[in-house]
Amino acid sequence: MTSYTSLWQRHWILERNSILLLLAILIVIAIGGLVEVVPLFYLRGTIETAPGVRVYTPLELAGRNIYVREGCYLCHSQMIRALRDEVERYGHYSLAAESMYDHPFQWGSKRNGPDLARVGGKYSDDWHRDHLLEPRSVVSGSIMPAYPWLFSTDLDYAHIAEDMKAQALVGVPYSDDMIANAAADLRTQATTDAPDAAALAKRYPKAQVRNFAGFPGRVTEADALIAYLQMLGTLVDFKLYDDKANIR
Amino acid sequence: MAQAQAQPKYMTFGEGGMTAAFVVLAFVSIIIAAKAYTPEYAFHAYLFAAGSAAAAFAIVNRYFERGDAAIPLMIEGKPNYNMGPVKFATLAAVVWGIAGFAVGLWIALELAFPAFNLDLSFISFGRLRPLHTSAVIFAFGGNVLIATSFYVVQRTCRARLAGELAPWFVVLGYNFFIVIAGTGYLLGITQSKEYAEPEWYADLWLTIVWVVYLLVYLGTIMRRTEPHIYVANWFYLAFILTIAVLHLGNNAAVPVSVFSPKSYVVWSGVQDAMVQWWYGHNAVGFFLTAGFLGIMYYFIPKRAERPIYSYRLSIIHFWALIFLYIWAGPHHLHYTALPDWTQTLGMTFSVMLWMPSWGGMINGLMTLSGAWDKLRTDPVLRMMVLSVAFYGMSTFEGPVMSIKAVNSLSHYTDWTIGHVHSGALGWVGFVSFGAIYCLVPWLWNRPLYSLRLVSWHFWIATIGIVVYITSMWVAGILQGLMWRAYTSLGFLEYSFIETVEAMHPFYVIRAIGGALFLIGALIMAFNVWRTIYPSPALAAAVPAARVAPAE
Repeated sequence: MTSYTSLWQRHWILERNSILLLLAILIVIAIGGLVEVVPLFYLRGTIETAPGVRVYTPLELAGRNIYVREGCYLCHSQMIRALRDEVERYGHYSLAAESMYDHPFQWGSKRNGPDLARVGGKYSDDWHRDHLLEPRSVVSGSIMPAYPWLFSTDLDYAHIAEDMKAQALVGVPYSDDMIANAAADLRTQATTDAPDAAALAKRYPKAQVRNFAGFPGRVTEADALIAYLQMLGTLVDFKLYDDKANIR
Repeated sequence: MAQAQAQPKYMTFGEGGMTAAFVVLAFVSIIIAAKAYTPEYAFHAYLFAAGSAAAAFAIVNRYFERGDAAIPLMIEGKPNYNMGPVKFATLAAVVWGIAGFAVGLWIALELAFPAFNLDLSFISFGRLRPLHTSAVIFAFGGNVLIATSFYVVQRTCRARLAGELAPWFVVLGYNFFIVIAGTGYLLGITQSKEYAEPEWYADLWLTIVWVVYLLVYLGTIMRRTEPHIYVANWFYLAFILTIAVLHLGNNAAVPVSVFSPKSYVVWSGVQDAMVQWWYGHNAVGFFLTAGFLGIMYYFIPKRAERPIYSYRLSIIHFWALIFLYIWAGPHHLHYTALPDWTQTLGMTFSVMLWMPSWGGMINGLMTLSGAWDKLRTDPVLRMMVLSVAFYGMSTFEGPVMSIKAVNSLSHYTDWTIGHVHSGALGWVGFVSFGAIYCLVPWLWNRPLYSLRLVSWHFWIATIGIVVYITSMWVAGILQGLMWRAYTSLGFLEYSFIETVEAMHPFYVIRAIGGALFLIGALIMAFNVWRTIYPSPALAAAVPAARVAPAE
């Protein structure tokens, strides 16, 4: 039997036993993650109370899924940092509450293009349409790809209610009412002067209702994407938001 | 012996079980394909069906071809090494590497000249960029790691790989995952978590493959005929185990339906951001660092014919590295909506991480003590030593960039891209090339076709890296400064698009650097090809193959 006298020799115990080595590695790598991640789920200061934040409408959710599919997050952040130039360029710094229903988050990590956290309402629908069809027609120095297929492809929303059910399962507060009316709400929001707009606005306050991409009678992928872009950052009214209320 | 021959031949439990499992998977895949919500998902289901059917056929075919007796673990007192899966993964790494570098060059051109997007959905920047990162990190890097880890664990344990079908399942199953992931990106199937973009079904498949990988690795270590587990294996073990933990944590998701490729991750907003960068930074820390340190700890001493510089340093820096790395994730989220305490914690540990990183660098470089002259004569060793130098440089740059004040400038800019590439091209790329140049002659038992071509590869790729990272430093710092520039009247000086236009020359220079790196890899592929398949004229001129190097 080997006697392990010095500390270095005690390390032999791990070097000679693969299962002990494996367990030791597991313990050592678990600590940092547990300390940094777990408190975010119970410390109340993590997510502010911000009136106005609501779940995405079915059309916005479908648009968000297209945003994800095309990899928009690879060039556009949705996170305005608390720095002077960013606040002046993009608006109020982003609150954790504004992405509390984002599965997954879209904060991004690189700005080949500008931040989009508050792009909603900044440009007209026509501008977005032209920009997505041919970016250099409205911004001459742009390096963004064109997305013509979004306009030629009708939005597939046959399963949008199932998407909302899956979202509800991971904690997004979609009510039974919202899920039951998902497809109808989606069509309503993409129609100018829709008769059911009031019911939609009741379920989803501040929802913008109109034909976003301009094709009469059609709901294209571009409609959904523009609807999503036009609501980004518009939910919290920063004239009324009290940032002192969240200091504990 | 006569008695053994008389025994009837049976399928092993593993052969029978895997065949049955693959047949079931093939049928389930066909049902899913028939009822899939999208044609893209149906395509993937058919790929699963075809792959499963091929696997079942291959296993049954192998059963009929093989002898009755089990493959011996030892032949005449020497381990009967299983190098087939290692060979496959080595060649897969070369092929995927070239694919990954080529896609990288293409997207670099897209940023310089947006016409390269061609208005086609499947090659627009947003879909190709994950293809590039995954092809390079997981397809190229992953195959290098599987190849070297299976080689090193057998050699240092003096034992045959555990399992007969299992190592092949790991290698082929992993590469099948790469195909599913890569085609998925082109077709728009992504969950948008950086470096973890594949959707739920690909993630499930990878989980199975990865657990088998861990079991094969552990099983081989348990078979060892050496009393101690060699240091390279600690790093490989930490890499395999931690990647499993990270993968499960970051990809926890609820699928919309078994017939839909879409899923929603269980985390949201600020917590999802933290989980993502806990994953993302440790994909760097354990996939691209710990695993490749395992390569360093075997191939550099072997090639330099010198022992590791310091055993004690390897113990200290191993435990310090894996403990500290896990904390570093929040430096990707400075000044965001992530709570301040988490950001500061992440920054502090990132700065501390500098020390164990340099511990590894010192241990690698100082192993050359007494053998520095070999750098003049052996371009393969030169490549690996330069990779350790790049490792030292980028693990110094990383802690600097994790400091909040620096990060406020560097974040969201191309400085980050440059930093990643000094690590990925310089460290991961070069140490992998060095390992491939060592492995191919060892595995195929032939001398390397040309050391002179290795030298060409070395210099062309080195110039490429330097061009790449310097252009990105200038681009990143320039754009960061332009974003925060104010006029004398206190207004922001530049519109966003002006800062984009200023990037153009640097994006062109970067593409040139990337092209040089790709050319180097093509030279390597030619060299590897010629080593394995020498031209007939050459084969006649070269004396008979040498014996395998002694341990």
